[in-house]
Amino acid sequence: MSNTESDHADASADRTDRERTFGDYGGQYVPEALMPALQELEDAYERYVLENEDGFMDEFSERMRDFGGRPTPLQRADRLSERYDREIYLKREDLVHGGAHKLNNALGQVLLAKYMGKERIIAETGAGQHGTATAMAAAHLDMPCEIYMGRTDVNRQRPNVYRMRMNGAAVNPVEAGSGTLKEAINETLRDWATTVENTHYVIGSVVGPHPFPRLVRDFQSVIGAEAREQIREQAGRLPDSVVACAGGGSNTMGAFHEFVPDESVDLYAVEAGGSSLDIDEAAGVAPNSATLSTGTDGVLHGALTKLLQTDDGQIVESHSVSAGLDYAGVGPELSRLVETGRVTPTSVGDDAALNGFHRLSNLEGIIPALESSHALGCVEANHEELGDLVVVNVSGRGDKDLETVLEETEKRDLDAAPDVEVFDA
Amino acid sequence: MSREPRASRSERTGNEVTRELRTDGGEQLAATDSNIEAAIRENHPALITYITAGDPSLEDTRAYVEALDRGGADLIELGLPFSEPTAEGPTIQAAINRALAAGTTPAQFFDLVDDLSTEAPLLVMTYYNMILQYGPSEAARTSKAGAAKPQNKPDVRPFVERAADAGLSGIIVPDLPAEEAGPLRDACDDRDIDLVFIVAPTTEGERLDRIMSQVSGFAYVQARLGTTGARADVSNATHDSLTRLAGYDVPKAVGFGVSEGDHAAEIVAAGADGVIVGSALVDIIADHGAGDAPAAAELEAKARELKRGARRGREEAPEPEQP
Repeated sequence: MSNTESDHADASADRTDRERTFGDYGGQYVPEALMPALQELEDAYERYVLENEDGFMDEFSERMRDFGGRPTPLQRADRLSERYDREIYLKREDLVHGGAHKLNNALGQVLLAKYMGKERIIAETGAGQHGTATAMAAAHLDMPCEIYMGRTDVNRQRPNVYRMRMNGAAVNPVEAGSGTLKEAINETLRDWATTVENTHYVIGSVVGPHPFPRLVRDFQSVIGAEAREQIREQAGRLPDSVVACAGGGSNTMGAFHEFVPDESVDLYAVEAGGSSLDIDEAAGVAPNSATLSTGTDGVLHGALTKLLQTDDGQIVESHSVSAGLDYAGVGPELSRLVETGRVTPTSVGDDAALNGFHRLSNLEGIIPALESSHALGCVEANHEELGDLVVVNVSGRGDKDLETVLEETEKRDLDAAPDVEVFDA
Repeated sequence: MSREPRASRSERTGNEVTRELRTDGGEQLAATDSNIEAAIRENHPALITYITAGDPSLEDTRAYVEALDRGGADLIELGLPFSEPTAEGPTIQAAINRALAAGTTPAQFFDLVDDLSTEAPLLVMTYYNMILQYGPSEAARTSKAGAAKPQNKPDVRPFVERAADAGLSGIIVPDLPAEEAGPLRDACDDRDIDLVFIVAPTTEGERLDRIMSQVSGFAYVQARLGTTGARADVSNATHDSLTRLAGYDVPKAVGFGVSEGDHAAEIVAAGADGVIVGSALVDIIADHGAGDAPAAAELEAKARELKRGARRGREEAPEPEQP
């Protein structure tokens, strides 16, 4: 965290941080009732985050150190380096308190809400990672907290529901639609439209209306800021490439942001290819979440960005074996960085992600989240294009995914998987 | 059936009628009213009704629109369903889901509007993505793995052109605040379509001025924070909002939670030029299946009750506005 203050001094000098859009992407496509709250948040973002008023960023950094466990290590992966015949370094966000990078943003926003004088926290969650991070942060900072979670996700992510409740949060199941992340966001927006005067909505990724994409990115940018300093110290130079998985894109932007000005560093956003990259228009279903790779421009959840949608503009149901990547939109800044060519989107299907999961578990003794496993699957498939020095963001740990992985592995013939049928013997 | 005579949609030439506007100095100025403003001023206090197109089918929607027209609705909003209706409460969410399940598309929606001939001007209420994506360039936006995608930037104009050609008089977009409305405002101006903005209980000061300078047709006064849905009372926020808006010479109609004739009376008595009713009508539709004739009769009766309530409110209003 040693360079956080200087990073933010740089950021406040950059006037583009106060713009509502990234090129054409972004904006504020929300009901009128929310606009004053967004303006209030913009004001708080500028004062506390960009200008460190009242020492906000100092307190955030201290709490991320003492409560969150930062900085996280940048670790050379010896056996992967040998396998791919190049230097592979892992940014260990799986070691952040709660087991994922999500706390960086959740703690930042809950603290910001406190500085703003808000009395209540709400958040959406898909797989439950952002919900658990928000519940932890809210307990830590003594704020009442309610989490909206789709019914399907509540049923398939029971342990995370229990964790949120243990931390004192109320979990509200959302019955609408397919009962996943998209519906949870819709319902949280509806709550916020009703309670906006005393409530802060802790959005879970670099999505939503301005200023959320910038705010969340700035709280997450500690990932890349640390990694950039660490790789220079450990390898003596900047990496040739940084690889991160992308759903909504918060770990992606967090890992990339500090490297964006470093033109020698290639940035790869790895999306969930699911089982196929085609959209079934008639059924309104995409068997993938590869928004940057295959999506088209449109407006969802407050921002103009790339979306998985039908020709008419209806949002389709996305799919991934990894619940945390399963979203039909993506952060508007990533859409812009792909448009300008600074970020290269790529996708990895369910099978390759599962192999990535098993390979890291087996070779390095690290069980990665299924989301992060997509980044590892990309390294396996494309290592020859990644240069000699590669940083891979391990955005979270995979304990939460064990049930899914066992179930999905049994259905497949995966070259990196152990024989899971003997696990119960 | 007792109703005041109204100029019908088909009788008007173009979308504007001239009216005399009296300014503070007593000077006579010629100003133009849009179809929508004329409908509100001539039928003051106005009843504005919302139903979701395609719920439960577009054929039923046709019958319901005609019933509301007969029942005294002065403006009729038709919802073009979008899969993520974040401004709606459970009642209208369910209606939108029924309409989408029935396969309602923008193309079919406009075909229906082409065929409708109501006395009440029609508006479309939909989310911004539906407006952005409408257009003939389907091939250009079809997403296929591996195929090169000639991505057209989405554009609001094809939707506005089609809406104007179908005879729609106005557009309401619940997720489009004034800050983002420039392109749609320009496209609507070019085709003399009104763009109605929502004024929320949280809207005040400079934001209120900005919205009121952009609004046309009427200001949609959101009666309370939250989402759409029938409520049992009229909120204090309604009175506060009408007070804040009193100085602006734009018709004000109040929606979000209005479900009974008595609400309509109270809202008009508080100074509104119209009331907007949606969920209470959608509740009636939800109680009936496709092709069920009593639904239309109940909608007509409900419209009469609401219109009577609004008129009763006018008797109690402090300073009734003359058409």
